[in-house]
Amino acid sequence: MTAPSMVPEAHAIPAAKAGPRRLSRWWIVAVLVGVLLILSLLEVITGADDIASSGTIAATMIAIVPIMLAALGGLWSERAGIVNIGLEGMMILGTFGGAYFAYHYGPWVGVAGAMLMGALGGLIHATATVVFGVDHIISGVAVNIIALGAVQYLASLTFANYPGGGTTQSPKLDDVQTITIGPLRDALKDVEDKDVFFVSELAAMLGAMVWNLSLLVVLAFLLVGVTYYVLWKTSFGLRLRSCGESPVAAESLGVRVLRYKFIAVLVSGGLAGLAGGVLVLVASSNYRDGQTGGRGYIGLAAMIFGNWRPGGLIAGSGLFGYTETLGLRRGGESVHALLLAVALLGVALAVWQVRNGARITGAVMAGAGIAIGALYFAIEEVPGDFTRMTPYVTTLLVLAFASQRLRMPAADGMIYRKGSAG
Amino acid sequence: MSPRVTRLVLGASVPVLALVAAFAITSLVLILAGDPVGDVWSQILTWPERRNLSNIIDNATVLYLSGLAVAIGFKMNLFNIGVDGQYRVAAFAAAVVAGEAWLPGYLNTVLAILVAIAVGAVWAGIAGALRATRGVSEVISTIMLNAIATGLVAYLLRKAAVREEGSNALNTKTIPEGSRIPNISIGEGAATEIYGFIFIAAAAGFGYWFLLNKTRFGFDLRATGRSATAAVASGINEKKMIIVAMLISGGAAGLVGLPIILGDSYHYGSTFQSGLGFAGIAIALLGRNHPIGIAFGALLFAFLDEQSNPLQILVGVSPDIVAITQGVIVLTVVITYELVRRYGVRLEQRRVAQVLADESVAPPPGSGPEHEEVKS
Repeated sequence: MTAPSMVPEAHAIPAAKAGPRRLSRWWIVAVLVGVLLILSLLEVITGADDIASSGTIAATMIAIVPIMLAALGGLWSERAGIVNIGLEGMMILGTFGGAYFAYHYGPWVGVAGAMLMGALGGLIHATATVVFGVDHIISGVAVNIIALGAVQYLASLTFANYPGGGTTQSPKLDDVQTITIGPLRDALKDVEDKDVFFVSELAAMLGAMVWNLSLLVVLAFLLVGVTYYVLWKTSFGLRLRSCGESPVAAESLGVRVLRYKFIAVLVSGGLAGLAGGVLVLVASSNYRDGQTGGRGYIGLAAMIFGNWRPGGLIAGSGLFGYTETLGLRRGGESVHALLLAVALLGVALAVWQVRNGARITGAVMAGAGIAIGALYFAIEEVPGDFTRMTPYVTTLLVLAFASQRLRMPAADGMIYRKGSAG
Repeated sequence: MSPRVTRLVLGASVPVLALVAAFAITSLVLILAGDPVGDVWSQILTWPERRNLSNIIDNATVLYLSGLAVAIGFKMNLFNIGVDGQYRVAAFAAAVVAGEAWLPGYLNTVLAILVAIAVGAVWAGIAGALRATRGVSEVISTIMLNAIATGLVAYLLRKAAVREEGSNALNTKTIPEGSRIPNISIGEGAATEIYGFIFIAAAAGFGYWFLLNKTRFGFDLRATGRSATAAVASGINEKKMIIVAMLISGGAAGLVGLPIILGDSYHYGSTFQSGLGFAGIAIALLGRNHPIGIAFGALLFAFLDEQSNPLQILVGVSPDIVAITQGVIVLTVVITYELVRRYGVRLEQRRVAQVLADESVAPPPGSGPEHEEVKS
């Protein structure tokens, strides 16, 4: 397991008891500082100086956003009780919508187009699951198959005829506006280059936020806040979540359960589509076949890891976005450095488990920690094929250790038919 | 109509209605896109030539195994999306073992098949163990394992591969001729042969049917899939069932790549076909997890794939259109099944109401007072 993963987990339990306000403010700051400290330490010990450079952090920000938006889409639909494995497909639809509309009408219309196409995928999913009561996962898989075929079909119908395009990629597209605060950025760059422990890393992180920051990235983080407000602070949100917890009780109180579920899945599709749009417009500069690379699924995992909460899903997306970025940028060295952190963390957790009386779990963890530590000293660099696996392995490990502490909406995945309240 | 006939008619109407709906939706897409609908369907729905027929049967064999693997999970309410990774890891391992030829002739083939089953089972078993011991949803874990399989096989292939002169392709060692499974001819020439592996696939289908319907284990499996709580109450160990079901599903998935390895390419290369696992999900759904149904589903998907191939050249339409059809079929099958089920329930209710109404017109003697007792 990587450093950032366990920190939120250790904090999550008391914070949750203390109420959502503390969770969303101080908790996130504490996690960020903790993670940055660990990374700085790791940089000093291993000499892998790309694990917290401003380049890495800037790339991480861009890698986080599509995962986070997909996770946010998952949050909307699962809070209303509809499991959405079709996020991947809706994201694929978003990549096409984003590219098509951005090419013809400019990047911001592209953003709208991405959301529209994603919502179209959501419409299919909502019709199948809410209206016809189909198993959610089956419908989601079907959405993924249809979306992939539809987008390939549409791409050969449109992009193939454009100059600079083809059946598997669109022509180059314009990005949305970015924000750069020049003087601040230069000052921070100076601090980063001085290589002072922790201070440089902090400067790198702040520097990444004032240089070439895409407005879409800002919008994405705003949407998380908006989602938190709408779902947890308004009566609309309360009703929507009640459909995911106990639709029978909700309907008996006069909530139009099916309507709320339908809306939630549509919004979910729109957000997943936006995630695809970000991939097209910000993360790269054109549509390419297979661009999503399973990020819809990873978004779903990030949301599960985040315990179906907005703050948690930011942490989950951060973890996956970071490991994905590390795998791509001088991945061999950076992932190698992470191994040491994972090994130490494994041993630390093992001690904690044994003290709590879980001897077998502790022994397994200690064994794994020592094995990974041995691996760290045995090899110089992690081969490229393995660094690309990092986000997926992280997902598996994190879920394996975190799953027991999670609580999903009580009626998530259940098929509800109108009038079940009797 | 007697209730039994009604049920049969309703059951048979599901796939027909689903196909009609899927074709209608696909036609709508074609019309909206301005593509020639008639030409597309007349190309797809012509009777295939011998050469195409053998391709269809070959691909259907592979898809059938994939559908079976997914269906085993479904029976237990497990969603094995990881067939895609499982069959690639297994096919790679089998190709390496068969290529090394430690054993002579067909012993080598048998060993390769066993290795494939074992490796597929282990790869799926990881997800099963995570689900049983740590409560990790198999949907997520198998998807992650697919991605990990891709990296792992790419890495190992680079280690194990032998590079041919003047070629960029990475392949494992070629399987010796004595260990290959001979193809069967259904026409003239080499292009009209079908995989000999088809018999093993058929045996796997029979084994699936036998295991689920004729053994105690199969009963336990289906019982757990229907209601885990009831199964636990009757003494079934749910965790063990989860792991065993995943192992069997993965073992079946291990067979998916073998017809290609042992009957066509004779090695595992970097261009090995992927995505068969996802098709398997659709096919298992289409065949309603029944061994014969899955066979029809596999044939249909292979037929659509093969017939759509020349669309681009002949009528200028991208063959990806059938991917839409295939996805829509999955949805229309489950939707029509649900609608037909509801309709059947309503028919049944009306029939019962009718019978009861007839009875109440002429109440049997002695039934009146009983009702009054209940009321008071």
